[in-house]
Amino acid sequence: MNIILDGLGLGAIYALIALGYTMVYGIAKLLNFAHGDIIMVGAYAILTMLNMTGNPWLAVIVSVVVCTAAGIIIERFAYRPLRSASPLAVLITAIGVSYFLQSLAQLIFGAKSRPVTLPALGNITIFGASFSVATIVTLVVGAIIMAALTLFVNFTRTGRAMQAVSEDKGAAQLMGINVNRIIMITFAIGSALAAFASLFYLMQIPATSPTLGSMPGIKAFTAAVIGGIGSIPGAMIGGVLLGLIEKICLSIPVLSAYTTAIEFGLLILILLVKPIGLLGKKRRVKV
Amino acid sequence: MALLEIKDLHVFYGVIQALKGIDFTVNEGEIVTLIGANGAGKTTIMQSIMGLIPVHSGSVHYDGQDITKMPGHKIVNLGMTQVPEGRRIFQELTVYENLLMGAYTGKDKAQIKRDIEATCTRFPRLGERKNQIAGTLSGGEQQMLAMGRAMMCHPKLLMLDEPSMGLSPLLVDEVFDIIKDFRDNGTTILLVEQNANKALDVCDRAYVLENGKIVLTGTGEELAQSDLVKKAYLGG
Repeated sequence: MNIILDGLGLGAIYALIALGYTMVYGIAKLLNFAHGDIIMVGAYAILTMLNMTGNPWLAVIVSVVVCTAAGIIIERFAYRPLRSASPLAVLITAIGVSYFLQSLAQLIFGAKSRPVTLPALGNITIFGASFSVATIVTLVVGAIIMAALTLFVNFTRTGRAMQAVSEDKGAAQLMGINVNRIIMITFAIGSALAAFASLFYLMQIPATSPTLGSMPGIKAFTAAVIGGIGSIPGAMIGGVLLGLIEKICLSIPVLSAYTTAIEFGLLILILLVKPIGLLGKKRRVKV
Repeated sequence: MALLEIKDLHVFYGVIQALKGIDFTVNEGEIVTLIGANGAGKTTIMQSIMGLIPVHSGSVHYDGQDITKMPGHKIVNLGMTQVPEGRRIFQELTVYENLLMGAYTGKDKAQIKRDIEATCTRFPRLGERKNQIAGTLSGGEQQMLAMGRAMMCHPKLLMLDEPSMGLSPLLVDEVFDIIKDFRDNGTTILLVEQNANKALDVCDRAYVLENGKIVLTGTGEELAQSDLVKKAYLGG
């Protein structure tokens, strides 16, 4: 039971990160490989604020603000000038931004891993079973954020504009939609979600280093592709699926050493059977 | 007064020059049509007016204002929009959501609601299929949706790029009726068509485009009688 709960908690973290990948891909058609490093930025923001003020709430708020700003700045200065460049140039830029963020963190905070002491949430006992409060908080807050995002995308003017831009930038512009602004908003939302992911990540593993974002970033990207990149519910399902598989594999002694291999094996398997991912949409090719 | 004035417009795709100095005007209340063969530059003109492709030199004035370098979404806010070639409705959204997107620049929710109802009355097929995913509509219905969607922002000037493309003769007639309707309700129309017969019949004035240049201009009737047009576009 606890394994399932842990898996769902980890899955929520992956899903939050995967949403950033999938939304940016869906709308700007670019793979933002620097997205994982936004989690690292968020983690250092939390660390710095905790050391300065000791107030965890303030740390979370500042972390969200810093990540959102970082997302907007990266989009404005790294990706916007390349709007009509080849996908390969954009991809290389994304990798460059990723290394830039990691090096910057190393320059400021040093290469060594640093402990982050969030207030201990402990365990609670429900019907005789003991559960980690951190995991429950992750699950509940993660679910609320994802529900809010779904409502936002489907039922607000800006959300519909995001769908329109994702489908046809030219036609969206003819509706009077400022495409650059919508892309900026998408980066901002994705980065804010990554800030929450970094908080939940630190609640599980309370330490940060310049390469903190790499592994969860790659796992979440895998989750986004499994779910069908560009699809918001796909990213949620892919994230949760991957989190569950990871925790279940880790709990089985024979499999635990192969956990990562199994996760990426699943990716290959799904791509073989359904190349567009579980919920991916086939793009109609216009003649 | 000219609502839209194009002066010496040059557009390049890489090293290939698509427009070689285009001049034309659209006056308020007119239907003006551009005819010409595939590749003559009709769609390029439409897209460069809307800021969808960059202009190399020349100018575009709308309502006395220079909009040559203005981004497309701002031009829409000035009261000019386009039904693009191939309709380009949002296939994954519903009919209703497509119409809402058309009203993106509108602020008044009650007005938007009335406009959607009016559109559904004007195009009953869209009314019946309001909650259907737009990608499942037939070609004719998609064209109606694209036209209804464009009218949602109450444009002063509506540009239509090949609205009759791929439609049955009956639907082609309907599309041209709708265009006349829009004009009679006060919208100025710039129409690009391959169906020269129909286009010359419905328009006030027309320009003939060949290889990125305007080679002939006149009223619809004059051009329909001209030897060049008869030979090249009307089949004899």
